[in-house]
Amino acid sequence: MGEHGNGDPKDSGAVIKAGEGESGKYAIDNPGLPPHRPRLADESEKVAKGAERVVSVLFLLSIIGTVVFFVGYFAIGQTEGDLQLLRVQNTLLGVGVAFAMLGIGLGVVHWAKTLMPDHEMVEDRKPLRKETEREEAETIINDVLDESQIKRRPLLRNTMIGAALLAPLPFIVTLRDLDRSEDFGVERMRHSMWDEGVHLVRDPSGTRIRASDLTVGTAMHVIPENLRTISSHGERLSEKAKAVTLVMRMNPEDIETVSEGRENWSHDGIIACSKVCTHVGCPVALYERHTHHLLCPCHQSTFDAANEFKVVFGPAGRPLPQLPITVDEEGYLIARSDFTEPVGPTYWERGNTDPEGDYAS
Amino acid sequence: MSATKEKYTEEQYLEVDQYQPKTGGGRIANYVDTRVGGTSIVREFGRKVFPDHWTFMFGEVALYSFVILILSGTFLTFWFDPSMATTRYSGSYAPLQGLEMSTAYATALELSFDVRGGLFMRQLHHWAALLFVAAMSIHMLRVFFTGAFRKPRELNWVVGASLLILGLGAGFTGYSLPDEVLSGNGLRIIDGMLKALPVVGTYISFFLFGGEFPGSEVIPRLYVMHIMVLPAMILLLIAIHLFLVVTHKHTQYPGPGRTERNVVGYPVGPVYAAKAGGFFFIVFGILALISGTFQINALWNYGPYDPSPVQAGAQPDWYIGPFEGVLRLMPGYLGDFSLEWVIPTPWGGNSLAMPVLIPMIPVALIFLGMFVWPWIESWITKDTKERHLLDRPRNAPTRTAFGVAIVTNYMIMWGMGSNDLIATHFQLSLNDITYWSRVLFFLGPVIAYILTKRICLSLQRKDRETALHGDEAGVIQVSADGGFSEKHRRLDDYELWTLVSYDSPEPTPAQPNAKGKITLLEKFRARLNRAFYEDRVAPVSREEYLEALEHDHHEPEELPASGVGAIESRDH
Amino acid sequence: MKALSQKRRHPFAGVALLLLGLLITGGLYSAATTINEAQASENADAYSDPDNIEEGERLFVANCATCHGINAEGTDAGPSLIGVGAASVDFQVGTGRMPMQMQGPQAQQKPAQFNDEQTMQLAAYVASLGAGPAVPDDEYLDVDQGDPARGGELFRINCAMCHNAAAAGGALTEGKYAPSLHGVEPRHVYAAMTTGPQNMPVFSDANLVPEDKRDIIAFLQTYESQGTPGGFSLGFLGPVSEGLFIWTGGLALLIASMVWLTSRSS
Repeated sequence: MGEHGNGDPKDSGAVIKAGEGESGKYAIDNPGLPPHRPRLADESEKVAKGAERVVSVLFLLSIIGTVVFFVGYFAIGQTEGDLQLLRVQNTLLGVGVAFAMLGIGLGVVHWAKTLMPDHEMVEDRKPLRKETEREEAETIINDVLDESQIKRRPLLRNTMIGAALLAPLPFIVTLRDLDRSEDFGVERMRHSMWDEGVHLVRDPSGTRIRASDLTVGTAMHVIPENLRTISSHGERLSEKAKAVTLVMRMNPEDIETVSEGRENWSHDGIIACSKVCTHVGCPVALYERHTHHLLCPCHQSTFDAANEFKVVFGPAGRPLPQLPITVDEEGYLIARSDFTEPVGPTYWERGNTDPEGDYAS
Repeated sequence: MSATKEKYTEEQYLEVDQYQPKTGGGRIANYVDTRVGGTSIVREFGRKVFPDHWTFMFGEVALYSFVILILSGTFLTFWFDPSMATTRYSGSYAPLQGLEMSTAYATALELSFDVRGGLFMRQLHHWAALLFVAAMSIHMLRVFFTGAFRKPRELNWVVGASLLILGLGAGFTGYSLPDEVLSGNGLRIIDGMLKALPVVGTYISFFLFGGEFPGSEVIPRLYVMHIMVLPAMILLLIAIHLFLVVTHKHTQYPGPGRTERNVVGYPVGPVYAAKAGGFFFIVFGILALISGTFQINALWNYGPYDPSPVQAGAQPDWYIGPFEGVLRLMPGYLGDFSLEWVIPTPWGGNSLAMPVLIPMIPVALIFLGMFVWPWIESWITKDTKERHLLDRPRNAPTRTAFGVAIVTNYMIMWGMGSNDLIATHFQLSLNDITYWSRVLFFLGPVIAYILTKRICLSLQRKDRETALHGDEAGVIQVSADGGFSEKHRRLDDYELWTLVSYDSPEPTPAQPNAKGKITLLEKFRARLNRAFYEDRVAPVSREEYLEALEHDHHEPEELPASGVGAIESRDH
Repeated sequence: MKALSQKRRHPFAGVALLLLGLLITGGLYSAATTINEAQASENADAYSDPDNIEEGERLFVANCATCHGINAEGTDAGPSLIGVGAASVDFQVGTGRMPMQMQGPQAQQKPAQFNDEQTMQLAAYVASLGAGPAVPDDEYLDVDQGDPARGGELFRINCAMCHNAAAAGGALTEGKYAPSLHGVEPRHVYAAMTTGPQNMPVFSDANLVPEDKRDIIAFLQTYESQGTPGGFSLGFLGPVSEGLFIWTGGLALLIASMVWLTSRSS
């Protein structure tokens, strides 16, 4: 390959005989590789020197980039909460690394493009196998099978397959304890921390709410007061995930639908619903006070608070569960009971009935 | 492996020891070679030829992004602790001071604000992840539209498709690790989708979360998947992918000198190695530049995960966007009829959340279709030859049109994933966008198919024109009697070859099977085959070309007529 | 620092800190209240000054009565303003939302059409029609007294679902939207909470006490002034703008480098 750059394709070995293997098939025969066109740097040592200089300048830029990185790292040091300074540092580190890397990358590629030979080479594709070799391989496999006697002794083969199929099962079974909770099973999904007489408290402060605290048009994010009795953080979050509730007040005359059995579920225009979307469970928290619509920001299911949270738009297939509420003798909002249906996304075992009779009011 | 049967002479064994290298470097090389057999590696790869085209580099971008992901990810693991145990934040970010949060979130914040370079590495990792999946996607599209998945590369296409899915998995598990409100709601959605699966769904959710959502187990579990299981699988598949690339040798675009039997390009040593190696640094440099100047996933905004808060613009990373979008697209009710069904059973009824299950169908079909497409196409076309020369997309109009249709469908789901931002930024109604997208979801691909196919056929006709009559040279001539005409420049053979050397088979009718019967399936195949090939533009034949040359010779000044017969679908 | 952190664990450190805290708070509070009282009374005076009310009525009749009715009793085109309070007018007129350019899903923010004095006069007139939320006391707009960490928590629970975690705004149904809060004046943020403009829920003082509102405003101010440590924010839109950027800017850079890399040198 010593002849690069002289512009003669014959020296690169990059010539194929015209129309190899496909003569006459197309309008013309394959003309072979076009003649090699020498680059400026091939013909003029001055241009080649120039390219060399460009490459070394790029490598120098890389070195400068590394220095910039060190400046950003050491000269700025710990930023200790100063985010403006952190931004300067981040920019210096990023730009430093970028220069360090781009300098090398662009330099090497420019080197390859201008100074290394640019003759295209031709390599023949080998067939993936030769027929004689295939036959040989087949013989080997047959011999191996014969020697193992697996075909002659079906009892061996069948018991081995049986054993091999069963052997992985223990490893799958051991995954059972991925959920070690005491209340394992679907029953727990039917209950939340809400119960008769549980106070509605503000999230996150945990203070009780008087009915008079809610003016018309107010929406408040509430949790059951007994939630804080759970000490384990994970369990508390899991319970909170079922218990989060939105309570809002509208003009009592704006409430359009109250179905049978729900007459005493609201208090003077104050209604409460589960915040967990019945679609896939995002918090439905966007309340529009004039349209009384609740919007889920994840998939945009829209529920109408004036019509018992029925779905007016989007992918949810079920209204939000309503929480029956009332006030205690001191005027604080309390729950009348738990939700009367499982909250959150639909699951296979949800059903539409109530086998345990938990939800009978 | 016939080589193993070869008999070696005693001298050949001794030659190994007799060679005396002359230089120090040579001695080291010889030491290594006599112990690992480097000679054969150098002989195999030293001058191996790789074709050079910019569209071939997307796979490299993906590979390099993955290397950068491993490097930056390793750095992150030194500080990040995936525990969901609670702690009180006491780092240097003031607006979160004193808040109760998981250790995972606290250490992610520590990485961002209190470890020098930690923010940069986090941003580099996240940007590289976005690029990794993007590069894989474009690489797959390139392979699809140029027909590079055809024999003998079908299995490597499957390896590639698996890599894409693993990439999505690695991306999503990583997105979920910081345990803030945004990713927590992402997990919430996964939980909801799992629960919608009939029979097993609820329990899969229990086992993933170690109880009810969110529990205190899921982040460490995702972490193991993210830093061990998924990267290991990706690495393994990359090794197989590259091994097969070497075995098959790279495909090449059609062009002068290129045939099905050869590969034309630059040798690994030195040009290709320098370019490919240099390109790693370029990709790294570009990602570093972006990471240093553009903020990504500002997780301090979202706050520690809590099931109550949520934020407007709650979106996943781009590659999960279509999944999010298709969920938004689906109506929960048709009129007053809820799509949530309850199957009455003696034990109280089982629920089917069709609004969640139905959207999984198109996504599953796209991914399944991706895996089996090579076999579908070869079954339709009955093409059993090895294909090392790529199709120019226009020369496979049906495949190209079908691909664009699927991409369109995907893009509509993708767009729906950000319909709230489209609404606010273009002052549209969220609901209207959704209604329109529901129509476009079905109509868009059809329009895209028809348009693309027409465009491909037009381009093929343009190629024919150019092949027969040459390029417009941009020179206007005035003839003696005052007529204007544009001079045409005939292509040289090198340019011409690319335009005329493609196959355009005619549809093959249904073939009888061994018993001489034409099965229903075969009839169906023949119909698909006709659909695949019937709108065909034949390449210029030798007769046509010679005739055109003849024509030139007699009337060199005349404007060429617009096209010559032989195009079956032409309507004039 | 080390010495301090050791002394911090001293049994009396807590007591000392508490005393110190009380002393400082008490001192500051007494100072602040005197100043604020003066200002508040000044404010209240302006809003109850009959001249201002009269001037406000003149402005109202000329600019607002077409939609809201000659006595602000409301028409088909605009709601009644009786009892909406001065804060509502201050917000709607002060942010340019009113007078409304045209009917639409919701009033758009635009440059204010009235100067501060005219806005105050309009507010005084509307406040005189019926009791409603008053313009906030300056005490509750003083962000230096707020606790941004607590405000952040309140913001994420009560506001982020509509206004986005980075306060960049978000979509609501049927073309309505929650606007971005960047660059919004503290008094307008406060007034929006007390009055619930458009479809925004009301966050009355019983829901979020004035100190809570101050904390939220303090959080917003802190957030805005702290900048974006990672670089350009890409509009604070999260994963969507990030994805869009890698598919446009990122890939454009890469493709440019690929084309350069594979092109032949001249």
